[in-house]
Amino acid sequence: MFRILNQIVRTGLRTEPVARPDAAGLERLGIELRRRVDARFGHSLAIRQVDAGSCGGCEIEIHALANAYYDLERFGIRFCASPRHADALLVTGPVSRHMEQALRRTWRAMPAPKFVIAAGDCACDGGEFGESYASCGAVERVIPVDVRIPGCPPTPLQLVEGLLAALAQDRD
Amino acid sequence: MNVTDPLADLQGLLTAPGIGATACAGVAGVESCLALPAAHWGLLAELAADAGLRHAGLWADALDEERLRVQALFAAADGYLLAQTEVTGAPPELASHTPLFPGVDRLERHAQDLLGVRFLGHPRGAVRWTRHQAWPETAHPLRPDFPLAGDHPGRTPADGDYPIVRLQGNGVCEVPVGPVHAGVIAPGHFRFQVMGEDVLRLEERLGYVHKGIEKHAVGRDAAGLVRLAARVAADSTVAHAWAACQALERACDTEVPARALYLRALLAERERVANHLGDIGGICNDVGFGFGQSQCALLRERWQRDNASHFGHRLLMDTLVPGGVVRDLDPAAPERLIQANGELRRVLRRLFDILDDHPPLNDRLLTTGILAQGTARALGCTGYVAKASGIDHDLRHHVPYAPYDRLRLETAVVEHEGDVAARMRVRMREIHASLGLIEQLLAALPEGAIAAPLTPRPEASGLGLVEGWRGESVALVRLDVAGRVARYFPRDPSWFNWPALEHLILGNIVPDFPVCNKSVNGSYSGVDL
Ligand code: SF4
Repeated sequence: MFRILNQIVRTGLRTEPVARPDAAGLERLGIELRRRVDARFGHSLAIRQVDAGSCGGCEIEIHALANAYYDLERFGIRFCASPRHADALLVTGPVSRHMEQALRRTWRAMPAPKFVIAAGDCACDGGEFGESYASCGAVERVIPVDVRIPGCPPTPLQLVEGLLAALAQDRD
Repeated sequence: MNVTDPLADLQGLLTAPGIGATACAGVAGVESCLALPAAHWGLLAELAADAGLRHAGLWADALDEERLRVQALFAAADGYLLAQTEVTGAPPELASHTPLFPGVDRLERHAQDLLGVRFLGHPRGAVRWTRHQAWPETAHPLRPDFPLAGDHPGRTPADGDYPIVRLQGNGVCEVPVGPVHAGVIAPGHFRFQVMGEDVLRLEERLGYVHKGIEKHAVGRDAAGLVRLAARVAADSTVAHAWAACQALERACDTEVPARALYLRALLAERERVANHLGDIGGICNDVGFGFGQSQCALLRERWQRDNASHFGHRLLMDTLVPGGVVRDLDPAAPERLIQANGELRRVLRRLFDILDDHPPLNDRLLTTGILAQGTARALGCTGYVAKASGIDHDLRHHVPYAPYDRLRLETAVVEHEGDVAARMRVRMREIHASLGLIEQLLAALPEGAIAAPLTPRPEASGLGLVEGWRGESVALVRLDVAGRVARYFPRDPSWFNWPALEHLILGNIVPDFPVCNKSVNGSYSGVDL
């Protein structure tokens, strides 16, 4: 136990200090995000992620959002296990036809207003894989998409920016 | 040192008059290549099994509308043999290797689904694997007459009637999981048959992220192929891109500058460190040890930021090109990278000290998910899955390719218990080994060019083989008359490591599945293709 505490103390607080140039951006985005999450979603935004044929790169960066540098949860955004609890669906990959139906079912299981965010070039426009016998080519070909976050894969910072854009969308 | 050489023996047996195998010169990058009549394909497996060889994969290639070439790769401790045959007919038939080499089960069914080869004597008959419902059983996407766009524009239904093998009996329950899982993970379906908490049987059903990578490769130029290879599985982007580059460069006889080779190895070792860190954290997380997870995630993030600043991409995607690498290190980089290594080592010393000896963690990881060495061998596992079960095999050590043939390598990492804890320890030790290699590479970085031009050679074939962070990664490339890609098959180590999970989970409890799965960490994308 002592060794663990010692290591925690040595590690210190890693959540992006404002001094770093990219950190300033993160902090600013974070505060903005928090405000919008508070206003629109009653202080918490639950995201269900679905990999619809990704190469796994987008997931690595989505995972990174949870590390202490970005600590997405501090903004009231968290990933949830069931689509029934989700405010937003975060979809990656060119929608492989083998995932097409599972994606549609996940989307149907969500409560309205069913925000959909397509993350990564594949999800936005098919990316390297495009449309073929095996993939639909873009998320919007299968379910309606509200926001696109391009990048191969988008960096964690670009993902945060994209989430911000998602919340800024006028859905009234 | 063995007095006999199993590869030479096998070659001798196969080229005997009754069998009539002949040496084929067509595939660059593998020391022995034999062509044999289709009738002896089954005998090939028997002789290879007798010789104690490992089956390192099997794939098919449509030479034209009629003829299919099937190739099988066999590995001895220090070398490889590629065997090939040609089949025609409707359907083309060939003896299955699965009864003797259970690890090639899915590879044969993949070849069946994409090219239409029927493997006679396959224990699962003609049950599909990669194919779900996106194309009918009678169509084969990798045949030349099948259009990339397919001929099936409507909605694709779910693959509802896939025949899962079931156990029945008093008290046996079935637990279906996936394809959409609770966390941020790739999709796959797992069907457990359980008695109480104990797993009696597990069947994996993958193929959900099949996006036609092999079909997309057809007609590409070398640079386009490597860009695609970088996306076979993002966590192994360097491994697959390097294997594809090697295959192309060997096929086209391109001499890669020494500096480029060193930089590639640097990238590969950085990929290994990043993923091992991620997995160690993931294993901790799956048994509720959040401290381990958050520490590893921090270290990985720092590592990836260094990737971005020195190599231009956090995950190292698109850092390799045919003939070399994309960008050179700037002059200040080696010093900064070595300094970052030192910092990582210091943190890891304290962190690993805790992970090695933390009773609640040990309690969950020791004796959990044991993979017996015999099973690992029978399946043909490689990488940390094999190493943790006492199998001493690592291409960098035993079949070294440039630049590893010029480096001082410590003995390869091997553990013997075969449990989750051993698979974690292999990763911990490999991180240290990779840090050492990175320092060696930086200290001895040759001067000179970072890429050489690659001139495509019509109708050439090559095989690439590298030790990725997950294990042995293979790439087969065949070029057409115009020097464009006619066939690309990336063989991820996960083809052999995924089935190990079905075995090592038996007798464990369902709540230990996540940690067992993480300790194997098979790639979905790498096998679904
Ligand atoms: S956008 Fe890039 S990283 Fe994301 S799934 Fe597609 S190929 Fe992979």
